[in-house]
Amino acid sequence: MKNRLPGLHLKAEDFIPATAEEKESLVIMRDSVNFWRDGLRRLKKNRVAMVSLFFILLIMVFAYVLPSFWPYTYDQQIRTSENLSPFTYGEAELERIAAGEKVFPHICGTDKLGRDFAVRLMMGARISLTVGLVCAAIVLVIGALFGAIAGFAGGWVDNIMMRFTDIIYTIPDILLIIIMAMSLKPALEQLVLHKGFLWLQKLGPNMIAIFLVFALIYWVGMARITRSQVLILKESEYVTAARALGAGSARIIRKHLLTNCIGTLTVTTTLQIPSAIFTESYLSFLGIGVQVPMPSLGSLATDAVKGMNTYPYLLLYPAILISVIILVFNLFGDGLRDAFDPKLKD
Amino acid sequence: MNGQDILVEVQHLQQYFPAGGHGKNKRFVKAVDDVSFAIKKGETLGLVGESGCGKTTVGRTMLRLYEPTDGRIIYDGKIIFDSGKCPLKNDDGSDMTDGNGKPVLGKKTAVDMLPYRRRMQIVFQDPYASLDPRMTIGDIVGEAIDIHRSAGSKKERRDRIISLLECVGLNSEHANRYPHEFSGGQRQRVGIARALAADPQFIVCDEPVSALDVSIQAQVVNMFEDLQQEMGLTYLFIAHDLSVVKHISNRIGVMYLGKMVELADSFELIAHSVHPYTKSLISAIPVADPNTARAAKRITLQGDVPSPLNPPSGCRFRTRCPYADEICAGECPQMKEVSAGHWAACHHLDKVDY
Amino acid sequence: MKEKLLDIRDEYLSFFTPAGEIKALNGVSFSMDEGEVLGIVGESGSGKSVTAYSIMGLTAYPGRLVSGSIRFNGHEVEKMSEKELRKMRGNEVSIIFQDPMTSLNPVYTIGNQIEEVILLHTDKTREEAKKRAKELLELVGINEPERRLKQYPHELSGGMRQRVMISIALACEPKLLIADEPTTALDVTIQAQILELMKELRSKLDMSIIMITHDLGVVASMCEKIAVMYAGHIVEYGTADEIFYEPGHEYTKGLIKSIPKLNSSEPERLVPIEGQPVDLLNPPKGCPFAPRCGSCMKICLREMPEKTELSETHYSYCWLHRKAEFEKGGGAE
Repeated sequence: MKNRLPGLHLKAEDFIPATAEEKESLVIMRDSVNFWRDGLRRLKKNRVAMVSLFFILLIMVFAYVLPSFWPYTYDQQIRTSENLSPFTYGEAELERIAAGEKVFPHICGTDKLGRDFAVRLMMGARISLTVGLVCAAIVLVIGALFGAIAGFAGGWVDNIMMRFTDIIYTIPDILLIIIMAMSLKPALEQLVLHKGFLWLQKLGPNMIAIFLVFALIYWVGMARITRSQVLILKESEYVTAARALGAGSARIIRKHLLTNCIGTLTVTTTLQIPSAIFTESYLSFLGIGVQVPMPSLGSLATDAVKGMNTYPYLLLYPAILISVIILVFNLFGDGLRDAFDPKLKD
Repeated sequence: MNGQDILVEVQHLQQYFPAGGHGKNKRFVKAVDDVSFAIKKGETLGLVGESGCGKTTVGRTMLRLYEPTDGRIIYDGKIIFDSGKCPLKNDDGSDMTDGNGKPVLGKKTAVDMLPYRRRMQIVFQDPYASLDPRMTIGDIVGEAIDIHRSAGSKKERRDRIISLLECVGLNSEHANRYPHEFSGGQRQRVGIARALAADPQFIVCDEPVSALDVSIQAQVVNMFEDLQQEMGLTYLFIAHDLSVVKHISNRIGVMYLGKMVELADSFELIAHSVHPYTKSLISAIPVADPNTARAAKRITLQGDVPSPLNPPSGCRFRTRCPYADEICAGECPQMKEVSAGHWAACHHLDKVDY
Repeated sequence: MKEKLLDIRDEYLSFFTPAGEIKALNGVSFSMDEGEVLGIVGESGSGKSVTAYSIMGLTAYPGRLVSGSIRFNGHEVEKMSEKELRKMRGNEVSIIFQDPMTSLNPVYTIGNQIEEVILLHTDKTREEAKKRAKELLELVGINEPERRLKQYPHELSGGMRQRVMISIALACEPKLLIADEPTTALDVTIQAQILELMKELRSKLDMSIIMITHDLGVVASMCEKIAVMYAGHIVEYGTADEIFYEPGHEYTKGLIKSIPKLNSSEPERLVPIEGQPVDLLNPPKGCPFAPRCGSCMKICLREMPEKTELSETHYSYCWLHRKAEFEKGGGAE
């Protein structure tokens, strides 16, 4: 016999049969991981997604928390401080500084009406984010419900429901938003006269039109994705197994279909947010977005276009902010997909 | 066969699946076409055949996971499905006729399956696809308990789940884990525990070992045998591997393209098969013994299995059968009893000899 | 001495996944002469396919050769460039996969796909390639080759597609054909046809074949040499007769015993191998089979067994051989 291992001395006790416990101790069971923890672990390892998440949180603080502590408000016009460059002061403010008062600097300058641009950016980001989140939520609820019903019912119900979505898919969205905004205006103006609807005035008919259009149109993609998921899951053997055990439709939807769709739904919803923000921004840029004096990133950009040569930073700030918001949401959505998409798992 | 000890029986079972087309041109996949058999209490009936022969469909249709196109299903003496279009059977298996020679049809029936779901269960082929990846092993096994509310308290539910897991060779530690943490053999055990949780009398085993490695296959087969001994279960064991089916079954039915072609005691079927298809199936199995393998003369069938969308007329096997002639093309052979308990459907049983 | 067709020495190959290093191959060594038929048998995850793919330089991401050498037909495979590998694949070594449907391109005709391979690897003209494609289809027993050449993969049955795959693999008369579970996806009667065909082709074309399978029945009828793999180790290697009639490793013995016998005339109980397959993320320290082995000893838990040559063509890795010797020699060492 050849190939002896060098330095290995065998003793008689080496050849005693091993006990069952000794054998079992060799088999190490890995730590238990459930779907969410496993996904989170992968998400945490994804550096791009984590940086994006950090920026999303930063922007959230910037948009929702910071304005409350800011010494200026978004519609406060400061006389003699019109069109200031960043970190400069208007005449009146210089006088106050000379008098020993502390004046908070205009970090991003002011616009042509003497409004602090930093706080307007924050409010703009707030509007954009709100639109993104609310629209994504609307799309999720309507789309997922519609798709799940169509997929689960199947047959002619599915056929009719999906043909309906095909029709909706053909409607030009921008046109619909404009028409809705026009037609809603008089009705809304009537409505805000009633008590308790004043907040609607703030949003303005255009914004409500955007929400309505999202509710009416944009759920189609979500519905299709959910339906195809449900169709696949419905045919899976574990659903057949549940049926063989006597499970009813309600139980199958709740316990098996929904839980298995949730990963896809989360990812699709997250990716819906930037597309909603994008739509809102360019509508506002075209002037059919939020009502003045409420700023939105899009309308801030429009206002700035006119003075683009003299005050380029007024255009640059909102433009950069829109890009960053859309980029980080997309990157984060991609990270979520990598972490939670079941197709990448065994 | 004595009507008393039969647990489950199917008569003239037919299952067509729509495959596109409308009106007159509507096409059907004839997955199962006029299949009849009965399984006695405590018995294992094996069902073998190649892919597309309808063996899986038979199993699922028996549990009414698919609604049968035609036929009758009888469980424990009660008719649980009757299309109302096929003749009743006499005790000797022949079709019942009235005085004028017309067949006597059954009454159209379709009972609520919920009470039967506890008594008839199924174990699936694919241990990966048949367990919900988002549920813990404990919840998967406990699903039957939840559906039928058969546990009085949380503790009782948990105790029952653990005893079921132990029953299939797993332990309580496994209950909080997820399916993807287990090997194929262990997952298949979970699938079996899930079926047992309903406390069934009859289990359809739908290719339960086909996806497993050989060494694990033997573990699971042994477990099926032990469980049958302990609990007095009745199995319909479906597989494409004749040697596994032969090992576990008392009787074997061979299917080809939606039809049953031969049905006999398992040793009888292997040793004295009479149908040309069964014979070629047996000879095609590669033997794990070099000397036998070198010496053996194989009957290699020519050609492929025709599509069940458009099966051949008459005997479905005739396109690949060396004995086929005009009779086979014109007329569909009926099951005949060639010796006690040994049935075969072929026009040329007298000629077949390899 | 004439150089071996294939010589793999001490191959270690791992897949570096986010969950950790999966040690797919742990010191695989074997060699093959020209004209030999080798069967690699093992369970899923034993590394049998990984070994075969590495011969072609086809290790899938995130797999990487950690150490060892693969010499095939005079090449050092691990040192070859992608261009050289491409030239070698198809010309000197080709492969047939388990699922013939996914390995044929559905949008090209059968003829197109066969001619493509011929044109890629030879200087033949279109016309000559067409003629050769027809010859190849005849060779693999497809009737009416003229008509089949114009058909698309979905028009053919599973068995027919596998024949087409074989004809593509044979297009450039490779020295070595790797068959990765070529009949697993097929029905028994079709499997018998394909196995017959492969035996016939082998005697006609005089090439070497590596047959990867989990089915001992398939290797018994086809192969001269058999390598049994477990958890990335070749645990036993020998001629077919040696493996089946004088198995030297407990795993091989268990594998043979656990197959249900078709010809037995009375009911018997199967003898399974207990336990579950090895988790390649946490392989046991000593012999990989130790946790499932019925005759496991203390030493097996600690040390990987050494190679024991049982005959000139037969070796296995098991401490039981040493135990026998140890007892005979009265513990002298």
